Amino acid sequence: MKITKMNITEKILAKAAGLKTVEPGQLIKVKLDLVMANDITAPLAIQEFHKSSVKKAFNKNKVILVMDHFSPAKDIASAGQIKYCRDFAKEQKLTYFFDVGKMGIEHALLPEQGFIKPGDCIIGADSHTCTYGALSAFSTGVGSTDLAYAMATGITWFKVPSSIKVILIGKPKKWVSGKDIILYLIGKIGVDGALYEVLEFTGPGVKYLTIDDRFTICNMAIEAGAKSGIFSVDEITYDYLKDIKRSFSSEVARSDSSDGGTKRCWKDWQSDPDAKYSQTIKINLNELEPQVAFPHLPSNTKSINQIKQKIKIDQVVIGSCTNGRISDLRIAASILKNKNVAKGIRCIVIPATQAIYLKAMKENLIDIFIKAGCAVSTPTCGPCLGGYMGILAEGESVLATTNRNFVGRMGHPKSKVYLASPAIAAASAIAGYIKKP
Amino acid sequence: MKLKGKVFKFGNHIDTDVIIPARYLSLMEAKDLGKHCMEDIDKDFVKKIKAGDIIMAGENFGCGSSREHAPVAIKGCGVALVVAKSFARIFYRNAINVGLPILECAEAVNTTETGDELEIDLQKGVIKNLTNKKTFTTKPFPEFIMQIIKAGGLINLLRKENSLSS
Repeated sequence: MKITKMNITEKILAKAAGLKTVEPGQLIKVKLDLVMANDITAPLAIQEFHKSSVKKAFNKNKVILVMDHFSPAKDIASAGQIKYCRDFAKEQKLTYFFDVGKMGIEHALLPEQGFIKPGDCIIGADSHTCTYGALSAFSTGVGSTDLAYAMATGITWFKVPSSIKVILIGKPKKWVSGKDIILYLIGKIGVDGALYEVLEFTGPGVKYLTIDDRFTICNMAIEAGAKSGIFSVDEITYDYLKDIKRSFSSEVARSDSSDGGTKRCWKDWQSDPDAKYSQTIKINLNELEPQVAFPHLPSNTKSINQIKQKIKIDQVVIGSCTNGRISDLRIAASILKNKNVAKGIRCIVIPATQAIYLKAMKENLIDIFIKAGCAVSTPTCGPCLGGYMGILAEGESVLATTNRNFVGRMGHPKSKVYLASPAIAAASAIAGYIKKP
Repeated sequence: MKLKGKVFKFGNHIDTDVIIPARYLSLMEAKDLGKHCMEDIDKDFVKKIKAGDIIMAGENFGCGSSREHAPVAIKGCGVALVVAKSFARIFYRNAINVGLPILECAEAVNTTETGDELEIDLQKGVIKNLTNKKTFTTKPFPEFIMQIIKAGGLINLLRKENSLSS
């Protein structure tokens, strides 16, 4: 009997489609484990949902709305949009509606609250939904109409993507994080280098990457045009999920899961040794230096050592779904401790969730940030997409730990965004120009 | 389905932040979003175009955010079609789902200039440049996408499916 070898993405999609095997290019209908939207994308999806003849969401536990982009409401229009979502959640009796006080940045919040488990198939109306690949789930961003259809039916269609195998070798040097690895890769293959494909991260270097590094890496897979990013399950995944189950043992964690989410049923979420890939890319982590993406594309990267001129900045933002997790705040605080943000620089720190915020308070990190002269905010996506909470004026520059540096992304069309890790961000806030710690 | 319009050409990697900047994402109606289409890359774009005109672009059109506001804004300002060398995948799905016709044709993009007049047969995937008299044929949509288009978008397809099953 011929046994088809599959990579992890093909295995997850085959399961979701109820098929034994799938192959790249195949069109499949899949059952979804989770459907998510935020305060910007949900309103359009709700509008479309109402246009359909469907009255009820397919499962009130599996449709999750997170009010994080323009929330706490930045103006009257966004207050209206959030209210529209709130009313829909009430009408549909959605179990999980994350509003001010409970909400966090969606892609940090959902894994932390135990919604994501290996082997899940997830869509979210947000391009950075690909983040959950860090926990060996297939997850990808869609638009509002796709989301409306999924809210109604629990189903979507995919073209099975081919996968690019990214083999990580060696141990990263000090100050080299997940952010540097993904920025380096995007610089190497370009913003459409993985268009329609999956970036699968594997190799002996993976064991040096914390789960937060992996979230950051998968988060920015979209910045290379990828459909998703993914890691196979390993000990680091187990340990993270075990902790999540302990600290969030509420009904949230496993309300609809029949397989219980045990180590035994997660071990299958690995690629077969001779699975097929469209190409292989090797990265030696030991040779990697911290990276900075220059305006106006995430692929416009340079190693920090290659930057000879002093690039002056007006603002630093540490946060977002890319780099607003506890390990990011710890690194930034370790550099900002007993130091001051340079005169004339605004440094804004945004813990991605309430749990991260609390942890940062207990660990005295917030104390360090405020004493250094940083502003610390409640969770929000705000400045990353030029929403609010740190918009740039004409001619200003920001060094941000966020994910996009397109024209006008964080404010005026004539402002500039540089992307880097929390370590570079903290060191640059102290120096006033882009600098390594 | 035949379209005819004047071309406005853009470069590679036109992202959703320039198609419709985040500061307008509190708007929901197509005509309101349409007023700000492309304004960060060409602030007079919406003044210059007429209903039925065509956007042409290079690789990876619509990259970045998943905001469906982007194809809705393009439609809302009167653009009838986007022809690009390639599209970012979320934008591609969104455009089909909201009923904005899109075509991939690198050769047509390479030989067409802003201001050229095009005539397009969507069913056949034929792009005729009336200005320089060149004609190109692209791959037609696969069957399942044609189903969505024929139904008038994904939600209409859902209504149809739903009425059949109940």
